[in-house]
Amino acid sequence: MAIFINSASKVIVQGMTGSEGTKHTRRMLASGTAVVGGVTPGKGGQIVDIDGHQLPVFNTVAEAMAATGANTSVVFVPPKFAKAAVIDAVDAAMPLVVVITEGIPVHDSAFFYTYAKEKGSTQIIGPNCPGLISPGKSNVGIIPANITQAGPIGLVSKSGTLTYQMMYELRDIGFSTAVGIGGDPVIGTTHIDCLRAFQDDPETTAIVMIGEIGGDAEERAAAFIAEYVTKPVVGYVAGFTAPEGKTMGHAGAIVSGSSGTAVAKKDALEAAGVKVGQTPSETARYMRAILGR
Amino acid sequence: MDLFEYQARDLFEKHGVPVLAGAVATTADEAFAAASKMGGRVVVKAQVKVGGRGKAGGVKLAENAEDAREKAAAILGMDIKGHIVHQVMIAQAAPIEAEYYLAILLDRSNRTFLVMASVAGGMDIEEVAKTAPEKLAKVPVSAVDGISAAQAMKIIAQAAFPADVADQVADVLVTLWKAFAAEDATLVEVNPLVKTSDGKIIALDGKVTLDENAEFRQPSHEALVDHSATNPLEALAKEKGLNYVKLEGQVGIIGNGAGLVMSTLDVVAYAGEKFGGMRPANFLDIGGGASAQVMADGLSIILGDKDVKSVFVNVFGGITACDAVANGIVAALATLGAAATKPIVVRLDGNNVEEGRSILNAANHPLVEQLDTMDGAASRAAELAAK
Repeated sequence: MAIFINSASKVIVQGMTGSEGTKHTRRMLASGTAVVGGVTPGKGGQIVDIDGHQLPVFNTVAEAMAATGANTSVVFVPPKFAKAAVIDAVDAAMPLVVVITEGIPVHDSAFFYTYAKEKGSTQIIGPNCPGLISPGKSNVGIIPANITQAGPIGLVSKSGTLTYQMMYELRDIGFSTAVGIGGDPVIGTTHIDCLRAFQDDPETTAIVMIGEIGGDAEERAAAFIAEYVTKPVVGYVAGFTAPEGKTMGHAGAIVSGSSGTAVAKKDALEAAGVKVGQTPSETARYMRAILGR
Repeated sequence: MDLFEYQARDLFEKHGVPVLAGAVATTADEAFAAASKMGGRVVVKAQVKVGGRGKAGGVKLAENAEDAREKAAAILGMDIKGHIVHQVMIAQAAPIEAEYYLAILLDRSNRTFLVMASVAGGMDIEEVAKTAPEKLAKVPVSAVDGISAAQAMKIIAQAAFPADVADQVADVLVTLWKAFAAEDATLVEVNPLVKTSDGKIIALDGKVTLDENAEFRQPSHEALVDHSATNPLEALAKEKGLNYVKLEGQVGIIGNGAGLVMSTLDVVAYAGEKFGGMRPANFLDIGGGASAQVMADGLSIILGDKDVKSVFVNVFGGITACDAVANGIVAALATLGAAATKPIVVRLDGNNVEEGRSILNAANHPLVEQLDTMDGAASRAAELAAK
């Protein structure tokens, strides 16, 4: 099972011919992902050899889907062209679009999120995210595949490196799927979407949820957990020491006035019965205690 | 990036939002000159990026240019909630008949844009939202469709604006949307939007926040940056392309990934409680790559901070392998030479961690100490800072 991606995922890379796109296509292939082609407008018809894989390049996502049967796209194009790339994928009714690109103007991400929602046939993950991995099945994005293995834990996080840290801490137990949803103010897939999917996934028995300052996604997730999630959830929130009004690396990581604070998020999660660790390691220990390992 | 009021006024004017004449002054004499040019009564307004200026005495009516000079002299240099007033805006005075509120903003929770409109303007809108929520209309706006004239009329009706100003206010709303979209803003707020005694609608005070991710297509925004407010270390870090925020603490922090670095700050502050309240001195994310050059740049900025007593390098080797990071640290210390004077606690974990740790052990730098866990390393760095 796992969520969102599995061994049936056929992946195209938008921006595969760029340096980041090529580098991570290589890594995705090495971790066993079925990458079936790429999209770069104007370069359609070329064949790119990546470590012995002959990958066709298409001008549009629609052409790529028709020729390869791809059901997942991962976007590595620079911020300037990201909106057009995502719209191309949405127009082609690509079921899952994972946007890795960091630095997309929020007017663009708000546009393509709304556009995809109105069309109703595309789920977007990101932007500004590391992507997601169902270990041993598929790896879409930039998450290092060799720091963990398949197992019963579901992980959802705004942060890439905290995702890696947690995957590594619990690598002996392993993960069904780890999803990096991204640190931008507007993202396509939320904590709640992932919590719902993990709750409904028979292979997932417990969930780690990692949040950070900014917005109220964690508070909403806490309310959702109280209402819908029966599997055990442990949590971690980053940014207790972040000063008000300063953006901490991620465009969305900012405390504005009294809203978006780490304390409020931790309190909301704890009120929903989530054990929230003071450090990532403590959070991992809570998970071990729950699973008895 | 938040703008000053005068910058917001200029931006409104550029897009055709009705405003009164206004000029910025940094001295009392400049204020006098601006007021003379404008003629008549003017308002002298402190330019600070914080609310509550009026209550703090930062906004004064002046009867004439000489009076404007005096008022400006009194306001310049004031401390308003920790913000020193370096500039005042000289604004034409207007006979006000009614005060309204109009704003367009990014609604993160609902992943859309939002119009907020109220006939109860001129006061803190959060107060209105709390005490009289029925007076504040909140209407979502599609990021795809924007605000049409017809939709603006609907919103204005929903907010119960009086019939005699409805058309004008709707026009302002459409224009405001155009400015919001064209400038890649995440907030444009007009408070108050006033009706003057001759029935005109004017944006009297404005707040604008611009999206820094849009800099690549907004070349004019660079000129709006307030360099005087930027910490010199932050300015230097920006030049080097590093993501750095100065904080008030003693433990310098270098890490990779925004989330992990935020977490590192927290873990250091938590550990620091045991050592006389040691706190993180900065946020510094060197990103996924963590090359020797980036590590050297990062270390030199942190060692240039006189508040820093110890340094904590916390790297998880995900995309980068730990041996590359360790080589980066060794090379950075070689580059820095005698400039490196503070103890450096390093925690490496993840890909090729054994190789990375061996490289640092072999280098045997007198300032460098390695610990295996993030929590342990944070505690050691705090302990060293307290010495």
